[in-house]
Amino acid sequence: MESSENAIEVRNVSKHFKVYFDKGNELKERMLFWKRNKFELRKVLDNISFSIKKGEAVGLVGKNGCGKSTTLKLLTKIIYPSSGSIELKGRVSSLIELGAGFHPDMSGRENIYINASIFGLTKKEIDERIEDIIDFSELREYIDNPVRTYSSGMYMRLAFSVAINVNADVLLIDEILAVGDANFQAKCFNKLREIKKSGVTIVIVSHSLGQIELFCDKSIWIKEGHVEMIGEPKDVHLKYLDYMNELQQAKLDEENVNWIIEQNKTGDDEFDKYKFPPSMKGEHSGDARAVFVQKALLDSDGNEKYTFETGESFKMELSYKLRQKIEDAVFGFGIFRGDGLWVHGTNTRIDRFSNFDIDKDGGYNVTFNNVNLIPGKYWIDITIEYGDGIPVDYYRHAIEFNVVSHLTDVGVVRFDHEWELDI
Amino acid sequence: MNPIREVYNYREMIKSLVRKNLRGRYKGSVLGFLWTFINPLLQLVVYTLVFSVIMRSEHEQYYLFLFVALIPWIFFSTSLTDGSRCVLDEKDMIKKIYFPRAVLPISTVTSAFINMLLSFIVVIAVTLFSGRGIDPVALLGLPIVMAVQYILCLGFAMIVSGVTVYLRDMQYILGIITMAWQYVTPVMYDVSLVPDRLRFIFYANPMTPIIEIYRDILYYKQFPDMTNLIYALIVGIASLIIGWAVFNKLQKGFAETF
Repeated sequence: MESSENAIEVRNVSKHFKVYFDKGNELKERMLFWKRNKFELRKVLDNISFSIKKGEAVGLVGKNGCGKSTTLKLLTKIIYPSSGSIELKGRVSSLIELGAGFHPDMSGRENIYINASIFGLTKKEIDERIEDIIDFSELREYIDNPVRTYSSGMYMRLAFSVAINVNADVLLIDEILAVGDANFQAKCFNKLREIKKSGVTIVIVSHSLGQIELFCDKSIWIKEGHVEMIGEPKDVHLKYLDYMNELQQAKLDEENVNWIIEQNKTGDDEFDKYKFPPSMKGEHSGDARAVFVQKALLDSDGNEKYTFETGESFKMELSYKLRQKIEDAVFGFGIFRGDGLWVHGTNTRIDRFSNFDIDKDGGYNVTFNNVNLIPGKYWIDITIEYGDGIPVDYYRHAIEFNVVSHLTDVGVVRFDHEWELDI
Repeated sequence: MNPIREVYNYREMIKSLVRKNLRGRYKGSVLGFLWTFINPLLQLVVYTLVFSVIMRSEHEQYYLFLFVALIPWIFFSTSLTDGSRCVLDEKDMIKKIYFPRAVLPISTVTSAFINMLLSFIVVIAVTLFSGRGIDPVALLGLPIVMAVQYILCLGFAMIVSGVTVYLRDMQYILGIITMAWQYVTPVMYDVSLVPDRLRFIFYANPMTPIIEIYRDILYYKQFPDMTNLIYALIVGIASLIIGWAVFNKLQKGFAETF
């Protein structure tokens, strides 16, 4: 260890996997078809280094396939680095695969012993913890029944209870709190806080940035096999979300434009045949006389951005391609919170525009001033409709954006408010 | 952390794997664990009938001559064949969770060892009954040779368990190898029966001194020859060191191979 304060040190670690085109583990295959043993080296991690201090909680973020789960597996020593070194201090426990070695025919109690022994606990240590484990799992009345009679929720609860009561010095977690009902999740979360307080070093891989922000002191963003950024979770996530949204936006725009070009080539203007391409099904509905082709959110300086601070203003820019004239058109949008709560919706009719027709490609922009949404994920549906409400292009989840804040208000919106105290 | 210390910390896991192994073997059968004793006893009955009625041997009480060697031999061959599968059998666990992988061959060999101990209860009971008797001083050598054999078996099991992950044929090849190996080990006959020019094979075989020691103690009722014992110990320790090194090198790739 370079520093005695560190619990984890990862130094210049690279990892590549051999991807065999057609792998043979049998002697015959190895000898006869040695050509089949061709493989491709896939570099998953490229020279990453970081260190984590004792007692720190750190989140690993990154998109699918970026190497964050590989990093976690390297930390657990399930796999080993191709080059570089990893050092961990103390007993390591992982909440990666719960319930390893569970035997369905044995009772919950016996399985606690088996499972805990796989974490390296001795009989005496398990004896000391067994009551805590049973209490935590809330399965006392079922603990002597065979595990095969448990529901999957009960099974996970038991497994989680064992793993979390190991008293490790380093705890590695992959996608926490997907266990049990809301109550149990809250309990797990509290337990994790307690564990953290007691000085355990924690590394979490999660897609829920909110959880990491609530819990971690530091985030490490891994991008395409290297460490892109290390810092305060909120700062890192801001950059990370921006990157993710750009990526998604770029992909969708490209698809849509290609499709429109393709349609124009065939010169097919019979409107019954207008359809949304398969890739757009599900997100788009309507008769497709007009189709949204571009969409973007811009901040007040005109830069494209999908993560905003509570209270920031931004503008939505949309453009559509028209294939046949639409009389009495209505534009609209709806803003939804990540869990589906409809936050705000309106359209040009509600906002008392006089009737208009559209007969060429065009667009519309909407400026939102001081968006006081509480931090979280949001999406926007955008619509072009006929005056009677029949959709031309109803584009669901057209834009996703995130709101972040250093304030910790709760609820849906943060109203502009002033306090007057008389104390 | 020191890897040997780490394995020691995981002793509860070894215990629970051994328990699972021993219990699982006769699971679902009516007599259950009793089979551990009935099985060698019935084998002994068959050998006694065959070798005292049909194929008479120059050795008196040939069935005992054979049996005191066969039980340790079975421990060795089981260590090889079961050992070659022990990592593969737990591949789901290896992919999912960390534990010192050496726990697997250790618990496999330990289960086979315990099976041998249980069979020896039958052997000793029969030696007493048959009137051949037991020499208590010679018997002191028994725990020593058992420990030496355990070390040897563990070394071999570690090598084959690691290699089989990368070369699955190993488990089938081993079936033949152990069968042939039995005939270059003095299990069914004494080395004196072997033509001189072939004897070097027997003495290059690390199982030869061990089997001879067992026979010295239980059949000839004499304390084993010290040179034999020391030779066996050296070979055992060497095989364990090599096995440990090979296994540790190979185990790093286990999770990726499955």
